[in-house]
Amino acid sequence: MPKFKYITYAEAINEALDLSLKKDPNLLCYGLGVSDPKEVFNTTKNLQKKYSSERVFDIPCSENALTGVGIGCAIKKCRVVMTHQRLDFSLLSLDQIINNASKFYYMFNKKIRVPITIRMIVGRGWGQGPTHSQSLQSIFSHIPGLKVVMPSNANDAKKLLISSIFDDNPVIYIEHRWLHEQKGRVEKGFTKKKISNANILKRGKDLTIVASSHMTTEAIIAGKILQKNNIAAEIIDLRSIKPLDFKKIEKSISKTKRLIILDSGFSFGSIANEIISSVHIRSYKLLKHQPIKISMPDCPVPTGFSLTKNFYPDYKRIIFECEKMFSKKISYEKNKNQLHDVPNKEYLGPF
Amino acid sequence: MVIIIGLSLKMKISAKIVSQIYYQILRIREIESRISKEYTEWKMRCPVHLSIGQESVAAPLSVLFKNKKYEVLSGHRAHAHYLGKGGNLFKLISEIMGKSTGCSGGRGGSMHLIDKDVGFLLSTAIVANSIPVAAGVALSKKIKKEKGLALVFFGDGAIEEGVFYETINFSIIKNLPIIFICENNKYSVYSNLDVRQPKNRKIHKMVEKIGIKSVFSNGLNAIEIYQKFLYAKNYVERKNKPIFLEINTYRYLEHCGPFDDDNLKYRPKKEIDFWKKNDPLTFLEKKYDKILNKKKINNYKNKISNEINLSFNKAKRSKYPKSSIKDKEIYA
Ligand SMILES: Cc1ncc(C[n+]2csc(CCOP(=O)(O)OP(=O)(O)O)c2C)c(N)n1
Ligand SMILES: [Mg+2]
Repeated sequence: MPKFKYITYAEAINEALDLSLKKDPNLLCYGLGVSDPKEVFNTTKNLQKKYSSERVFDIPCSENALTGVGIGCAIKKCRVVMTHQRLDFSLLSLDQIINNASKFYYMFNKKIRVPITIRMIVGRGWGQGPTHSQSLQSIFSHIPGLKVVMPSNANDAKKLLISSIFDDNPVIYIEHRWLHEQKGRVEKGFTKKKISNANILKRGKDLTIVASSHMTTEAIIAGKILQKNNIAAEIIDLRSIKPLDFKKIEKSISKTKRLIILDSGFSFGSIANEIISSVHIRSYKLLKHQPIKISMPDCPVPTGFSLTKNFYPDYKRIIFECEKMFSKKISYEKNKNQLHDVPNKEYLGPF
Repeated sequence: MVIIIGLSLKMKISAKIVSQIYYQILRIREIESRISKEYTEWKMRCPVHLSIGQESVAAPLSVLFKNKKYEVLSGHRAHAHYLGKGGNLFKLISEIMGKSTGCSGGRGGSMHLIDKDVGFLLSTAIVANSIPVAAGVALSKKIKKEKGLALVFFGDGAIEEGVFYETINFSIIKNLPIIFICENNKYSVYSNLDVRQPKNRKIHKMVEKIGIKSVFSNGLNAIEIYQKFLYAKNYVERKNKPIFLEINTYRYLEHCGPFDDDNLKYRPKKEIDFWKKNDPLTFLEKKYDKILNKKKINNYKNKISNEINLSFNKAKRSKYPKSSIKDKEIYA
């Protein structure tokens, strides 16, 4: 029997939830839309049917209270995985996340653990606009006591979710709406992935590209173009934002001496900044070329079609930066006819 | 001087008001329907939450709260409130199309509307988060001794957020001039009230117990809605106290987007049929057949159709905005 199957990121999340609910009879899974006809982009498909409405349920529009409720369950060893259809909706519960969940273990001298996982989905495209598309991993990573993960592919999505659920700390699990339909090779069964290990997606000696979540997709496209132009990029997928695998990054740039960081968050105070400062502080002579940061501009994300056109940095930005870095022209075929505000041609309409 | 504010539904209603209310419901219906129809040309590339079926909640704005001293705030489903308040149609359509001529310059989209010229202050996309802002507007009116009041529209889902209770509480202790309007369409996205709130709860009764004057209107009768708004307005202006209004209503189309989604079967067919059978337009046409004769209705339809064609065509011809991320765009 093969040990792998080929499924989407959303299906992988669904499988992780399914296996976890099966494993731990006290695990709860809730959030707005968890049991509605769309089942959170199919990520919670059939779970209520399988595990009852006691354990898998839709909630009132009460994100703040239900986060606190989740913390209450968690401290009683009743694990919780809560879902927000947009990261932006979780902002109503910042008090519970930051003042309670992240603090309890330390503040009560290790007498309480808070095994809650909070799934947050970053929206993009089709006019999601300023309050439905924020990628705020740096805010959560800033808080001691929280772990933050951002899987970029189906296999990681599954394994990191299982690990998050069975971690004894609050974990912010950040998905990207444009990854849900991406297919990948996923290991079968109840498998975990340690939260803290970055993943080397492609080996290379000339340049290190650090990415996470959906930005990894752009990095892979750029990596292929660069390869054809005789630049071997090493691509590191962070997987876990907090803790952050500085070691792997340092090891890579001690070989490549060049660093480009892709960040889906706003520029100021970003994770990219954190990596760059750490690289400089720990071994400031490593780099031969100044580090390059490619992030979202420090501006709210607009709604309109024309306004978002060049708003999100993509693989072309990476190529552009590499042309400067390597002082050479890099040729590639420009992808025509692709609308910038959808992940694929089939994608039409509001979600 | 003692002023007694009665709430008598037998109050005589003039032909003019019936016509005005009918006209506004029809207008919002036609505009929303055109948006729904043209959406599938995929040129309006942002989420739209249409108010088809819920127009009568917004219609009284055009009669009672036209003046700029009445300031309106709303949420994600805001087209009707914007239009009822007299918001510019061309700028609304432009905004949905992401054009530079949009009311928010294409930056906000369908969920972030504004027309300060007519007192439509803003709408926002996060459930319940414009409710306290509206109370702030009301407080500022008190401090500045301005006339008028604030009105804020939100759904039955919004009252599940803590900020709703916090705001009602505060508005009571500060005697704020504000009307809270809960548009109860029984659903939050696909979720029935039954999975979100106690069965058989009467929202207005529950809210009344917090200590605010609370009124319910049957949403099937647009004239009753008008009368309840009139009562609320008099109450706030004369008593200098806030008031809460619950109106039950029904959305005909999907939560977000241009289609109906009855195929998903999350709403009983009987329920959908009941509301459509009691559509506010047919209700008024039947009840006030002398006032709303065929000729009049046709005149209205022509007038509205002209307005829509003009605005849509102009919006289509308008330019897309250029992006700027300069500090001066982001900081005042
Ligand atoms: C804080 C928050 N949670 C969830 C959402 C997603 N959402 C958008 S509209 C909506 C339904 C709200 O229902 P209701 O208030 O009854 O308004 P209706 O859509 O019925 O007009 C939800 C859950 C959101 N925008 N903000
Ligand atoms: Mg509702």
